[in-house]
Amino acid sequence: MIENRPLITFLAHATIILGIAIVAFPIWITFVAASHDAVRMTQVPIPLWPGDQFFVNLKIALTRGLGGAQGPTAATLLLNSLITALMIAVGKIVISMLSAFAIVYFRFPFRMGFFWMIFVTLMLPVEVRILPTFKVVADLNLLDSYWGMTLPLIASATATFMFRQVFLTIPDEMLEAARIDGAGPMRFFWDILIPMSRTNIAALFVILFIYGWNQYLWPLLITTDSSLYTITIGIKNLLNSAELTPEWNIIMMTALLAMIPPVLVVVTMQKMFVKGLTETDK
Amino acid sequence: MTGGPLPHSARRNEHMLKRVHFKPSLLPFLLVAPQIVITIVFFFWPASQALYQSFLVEDAFGLSTEFVWFDNFIELFQDPHYLGAFQRTAYFSLSVAFIAMFSALVLAAMADRIVRGATTYRTLLIWPYAIAPVLAGALWVFMFDPTLGIFVYALNAIGIDWNYKLNGDQAMTLVILASAWKQIAYNFLFFIAAMQSIPRSLIEAAAIDGAGPLRRFTTIIFPLITPTSFFLLVVNVVYAFFDTFGVIDAMTQGGPANATQILVYKVYYDGFVGLDLGGSAAQSVVLMAIVILLTVVQFRFIERKVEY
Repeated sequence: MIENRPLITFLAHATIILGIAIVAFPIWITFVAASHDAVRMTQVPIPLWPGDQFFVNLKIALTRGLGGAQGPTAATLLLNSLITALMIAVGKIVISMLSAFAIVYFRFPFRMGFFWMIFVTLMLPVEVRILPTFKVVADLNLLDSYWGMTLPLIASATATFMFRQVFLTIPDEMLEAARIDGAGPMRFFWDILIPMSRTNIAALFVILFIYGWNQYLWPLLITTDSSLYTITIGIKNLLNSAELTPEWNIIMMTALLAMIPPVLVVVTMQKMFVKGLTETDK
Repeated sequence: MTGGPLPHSARRNEHMLKRVHFKPSLLPFLLVAPQIVITIVFFFWPASQALYQSFLVEDAFGLSTEFVWFDNFIELFQDPHYLGAFQRTAYFSLSVAFIAMFSALVLAAMADRIVRGATTYRTLLIWPYAIAPVLAGALWVFMFDPTLGIFVYALNAIGIDWNYKLNGDQAMTLVILASAWKQIAYNFLFFIAAMQSIPRSLIEAAAIDGAGPLRRFTTIIFPLITPTSFFLLVVNVVYAFFDTFGVIDAMTQGGPANATQILVYKVYYDGFVGLDLGGSAAQSVVLMAIVILLTVVQFRFIERKVEY
């Protein structure tokens, strides 16, 4: 610190604590609502302090079908979210690494053409091409499938740029040494490039996992089979049914379950998360 | 997130290839194939379809189509609903960007002063980033539910009549707040990184010259983080334009009486609910133009930052 001004330091702490309180308040309310029984959650004013029904609600949310007995349970929805988030994150990383490898380490016709094709995808977010992309997925018979939910989101310009950047910083001597040792391109890729970009892969994984987990519009369009719904769609359906049966304790418990995995990833892998954010977006 | 801009060096082809590289073979084609196939099938083909369809009019049964040149676009820009959605989107995204950036800037300026506990504070501030837009919507709907909401209880107590399901302005305020809330974490991280990269000696020199904390912020720190602020402005606008679909679908579905129907929501609604293919395609094309524009703006900024 430059100068010692206790009052200003105190003010800084107070402002941040207030900021945190405001930012965290919605989550607190969610947690409180998830720990009371349904009756208490219909009485105004709703409680601000947790009740004792947390585990009861947890059990109901995880085992009872959403929207009727035959509907999928939150456990199923969470599993679907996990599968699609992993497919999106892993898929993006794999295809981006492979294309960055080709673009950096090979000289071949249309190299820059391919690069620009990948670049242009930046300007085509799924929201602006929903209807025709939906039609493509329908024509390929991929509606109501994990592939349909993930493949159209898997191309990644930012991930490709990031790996290209990483590969460019790897010294040329590595390749020369590998070649002297008789390693072919794929051997070089496996034994040198992948280990050397480990931290970047981890950082990107954090960002992409959250991106995949939080997808909403696309899975909503692709799935009609409720056993394939993701947790984000489940929340929306619960909100719709809240008009008739406002079981806010179960809704908020499901919301809590939906936010725990990505929040855990961000908090536990905070360094990787910050690295991933600043490196893919700068 | 629609993604970041292309790094500066990308435009200098010579620097993109390793000096030492592998012998020509079929392998590089196989390596780029997965990404390129997905790009063509799920990006280029649908985008070109949207472009093509935006010039067509289809009858109600989908039996015949007619090529109508720019009629869909002309109709679009003469439609008061569409123009209204345009205006609304501008208001919505600028409000979201302003609130999210301003709160983050204040918090970052404070955090920058703190030596002890800074990491803990950061941890406690960043996690809303991980929450899905549709979830953010659900949380805020619950807090502002006309009958149960905790804030509505407080608002009623001080004599404010709150029902976002009937009052369009209140609905708009609510979707802005929920969307901005989620974005504070992101802005905070970038602001704090920018502030911490300012050389301490610069700030110390100003302090020796007698500049107080506020003066140092307005004359040194703020001007030096302008590039970051500009970058964040673009990112926040892109976020508000395209990533807030979930917030709106969870909270208001574009209502009441279209008061919160922003462009992305309208494309979805007209295409999937209204089944107006030509109109929806034309709207997609307009949105594409907006993304391209924003990406170009982002680019130019990066270029300047490199020279800076």
